[in-house]
Amino acid sequence: MKIAITATGTTLENDVDARFGRCPYFIIVEPDTMEYEYIDNAGIQAGGGAGIAAAQMVVGKGAEAVLTGSCGPNAYNVLSPAGIKVFTGVAGNIRDVIEDYKEGRFKESAQANVSSHHGKG
Amino acid sequence: MIISVASGKGGTGKTLVSTSLALSLKDDYDVTIADCDVEEPNDHIFLKPQITGNEPVNIQVPVVAEEKCTFCGKCAKVCAFNAIAVFGNHVLTFPQLCHGCGACSYLCPEKAITEEDRHIGVVEWGDAKGIEFVQGILTVGEAMAPPVIRQVKERACGEGIIIRDAPPGTSCPVVETIRDSDFCLLLTEPTPFGLNDLTLAVETVKELGIPFGVVINRTGAGDAGVEDYCKKEKIPVLMRIPLDTEIARIYSRGIALVDGMPGWKSRFVQLFKDIKEIADERTDSVKR
Repeated sequence: MKIAITATGTTLENDVDARFGRCPYFIIVEPDTMEYEYIDNAGIQAGGGAGIAAAQMVVGKGAEAVLTGSCGPNAYNVLSPAGIKVFTGVAGNIRDVIEDYKEGRFKESAQANVSSHHGKG
Repeated sequence: MIISVASGKGGTGKTLVSTSLALSLKDDYDVTIADCDVEEPNDHIFLKPQITGNEPVNIQVPVVAEEKCTFCGKCAKVCAFNAIAVFGNHVLTFPQLCHGCGACSYLCPEKAITEEDRHIGVVEWGDAKGIEFVQGILTVGEAMAPPVIRQVKERACGEGIIIRDAPPGTSCPVVETIRDSDFCLLLTEPTPFGLNDLTLAVETVKELGIPFGVVINRTGAGDAGVEDYCKKEKIPVLMRIPLDTEIARIYSRGIALVDGMPGWKSRFVQLFKDIKEIADERTDSVKR
């Protein structure tokens, strides 16, 4: 089961980016094996609807959960019906965060935790 | 003749100049004032128009018939504003992000997308002491001013002098307001902020190829940066309005400058003559 993590860089040694729609990269990782790839976030270039573009990309990658700092309503409205679990308030080193996730330390969000345009500018 | 009154920086006197220019010219010309600052129209405070008509502003947004949709995703791919999302067996629209271009419905191979009106604002018109008055009002919470501004411009299309009061800044709503003007007045103030935003506004009007001149408001305060810049760039400074407690007092009561201090009228008439001279020069050189 793959998970998507918003990332400040391209490796597991980087930190979780606080923004969903406008994070620079996503790390797509298989927590059991720690095999991972990074993808550039298409949403970062968007004039508007960054979260929607990013969410469609994450859905397309087959991730089943998202770990991030904040997730706005538009992105959540794509991720949720796609059956992707969203975990917000996640911060720190990505490798550590994956360990925390495996041990079930995060609680799934039932809704967006910030308003639209929260992470812009 | 269309004169737009714009500024990079907000609060530099666009409304003060627009309303006083209109009031100073109305006895000798047919004057229309178009308040294009649709997020916060305020010319009405100073002109107190009798509103005689209005019409809604709608944009066309997509509605997807899910039973016809094959979830091919073409609509989502073509949308420049990410206003439509397709994943698995889901298609979602985000009407607030839609600019109403119609590409999604045009390209849908299944003809599953129709369009419906979404109300985003209103255009009102009327008479203000002999001035034809038009203003647009964007509904609070809506993000897209240009469709409302376009409709204001369509309504304010008289033969005489049309004065368009632009929103502040240099983004899409400003470009939409000033793009087909014969002249653009740029308001600024003699401060580093005024100068910074003036240079952005100058770049914008140059890109659009519109003749322009500067009005400096609240002179006597701040520094010489704006004057030096205009001199260096050979930009005409057409009027200077001093920092004056009496002007502020009148204005704060909702009284137009030329109504409260009639001595200013001749200066606004002169301002119009200077504008006309520059705009005509441009027209002549284009003809040649």
